[in-house]
Amino acid sequence: MTVTDGKDELEAQFALWREHVRRRPELVESDADELEDHLRGSVDGLVSKGLAADEAFLIAVKRMGGLDELSREFAREHSERLWKQLMFTGEAGDPVRRSRSRRDVIAMLVCAFGAAVSVKIPELFGRGFNEDGLFYSVNLALFALPWLAAFLVWRRRPSAGVGGALAALFVLGAVVANGYPLDADSQSAGLMATHLPIALWLVVGLAYVSDDLRSARRRMDFIRFTGEWFVYLVLMGLGGGVLIAFLYGIFDAIGVDSDTAIGTWVVPCGFVAATVVAGWLVEVKQGVIENIAPVLTKLFTPLFTVALLAFLVTIGWNGRSIEIDRETLVMFDLLLAVVLGLLLYSLSARDPEAPRGPFDVLQLALVVSALVIDALVLYTMAGRIAEYGTTPNNVAALGENIVLLANLAWSVWLLLRFVRRRGTFPAIERWQTSYLPVYALWFWTVVLLLPPLFSFR
Amino acid sequence: MRVTKDLVAASATPIVLGILAEGESYGYAILRRISDLSGGELDWTEGLLYPLLHRLERLGHVESSWQVVPGERRRKYYRITRQGLAELAEQQRQWRTVVEALQQVWPSIAEIRPQFTPLEGNA
Repeated sequence: MTVTDGKDELEAQFALWREHVRRRPELVESDADELEDHLRGSVDGLVSKGLAADEAFLIAVKRMGGLDELSREFAREHSERLWKQLMFTGEAGDPVRRSRSRRDVIAMLVCAFGAAVSVKIPELFGRGFNEDGLFYSVNLALFALPWLAAFLVWRRRPSAGVGGALAALFVLGAVVANGYPLDADSQSAGLMATHLPIALWLVVGLAYVSDDLRSARRRMDFIRFTGEWFVYLVLMGLGGGVLIAFLYGIFDAIGVDSDTAIGTWVVPCGFVAATVVAGWLVEVKQGVIENIAPVLTKLFTPLFTVALLAFLVTIGWNGRSIEIDRETLVMFDLLLAVVLGLLLYSLSARDPEAPRGPFDVLQLALVVSALVIDALVLYTMAGRIAEYGTTPNNVAALGENIVLLANLAWSVWLLLRFVRRRGTFPAIERWQTSYLPVYALWFWTVVLLLPPLFSFR
Repeated sequence: MRVTKDLVAASATPIVLGILAEGESYGYAILRRISDLSGGELDWTEGLLYPLLHRLERLGHVESSWQVVPGERRRKYYRITRQGLAELAEQQRQWRTVVEALQQVWPSIAEIRPQFTPLEGNA
């Protein structure tokens, strides 16, 4: 055995040991450095007493004691390390990753700032935030989502084709939102305000999956991204609410009325910037913190199941029919969307190889009861349309209902097969991810075609 | 004879501060020094020393700096601060009280011992 061989071997053992140390959340990079220096010191000490390097290494490691005990002692002093820190993880980490995360922060700040500035630009042309309600309700998403898409494009660097498609779709959205002669009181304006943001969100999805358009995994990632983004946006909204309450209160105390500043600056700029910041948070925190959306679905799936079953039992017992007007139809659409969300986010967090469990049966019960309720709603709705004719609103609501119903009906079939061990879990996942373009198609149809079809009523 | 765990833990801070008062040092050298000072009787583990050093650093009793040593590795050196010296003085005062009390009571125990017959002996 040559000396250099022994040295290489020793270095390999140190590297392996270090890897074991770094796997402990309690021990950070600098601890690993410090402990490695200690280990090397004690190896050198033993070698100078005449031991071979590999023997010395074994003894030194043995003396240091088990890593379990060591990390327990460290945890007692550094309990904060067990709480994964999202923002300040770069202690003495790898410099490449650190510079990348710094560039991400800068890109995020540029996009968020861009969004905040862009939402104020129309005011230069006489469109005040408080005066021109229609303009902002229709266009708000156009001030936020293109910036989020720009941030994602910056991270993904997609091909020119994808970039071009993104730009074209956003321009198309802007053209129909402002080109169609929408009246503030018309149903078409309401449809535009509610459907354009979702249509544009699916365009953001295109930016998210970028070049892997056909990959089911990437599409599922986009579904996860959507859920987490929404959770972060809501959390930031709560924080923003507190900030606004204090802004109002402290300025009120000195007799300055801050209503206008809050209403025309803080709220719109804060909202559009928050959409970009939420996207950035989801992107950087991947794998750092447990996803929140699946946790929420685990909590609420049983509760929603009980609520829907109770509703069905009440209908059956009393023989009541559902009083359908437009609001209730929209509510039942939203209910279906929530049920779909519960299904999607528990799918997104499920280990594909895990065996079937009671939760899958519960989910089946939830979806089936939602379907039964929806069948009742549709039955009543058909009668209503036959009686009063069609309007943009009930066509849109009916369309959504059918889109969701088709998805859930097939999901029930796949879930049933899965629970009865006839089908596989990936089949359910594939169905959901390949359904995404259907939503895009429907929402863009509503935005592009319904207003002219009903002559902008 | 090995010193019990409780006693090791209680004496840990004054020993480390005392060693650092002699001059700046690093983990492995501190452990060696403790072993030399006690003739190997004080059983210190790395799991005791490093978290203790980190705690003393957090409390401001010591400060640390990374230095590059031969072999292209980084070594964390610890140095006692003014506040650490004050803490050391305080610890010395307390330990002196304990030691003085023990010294007063121990000679009498040594004298009593030969005449002392354990209760179990009578049964």
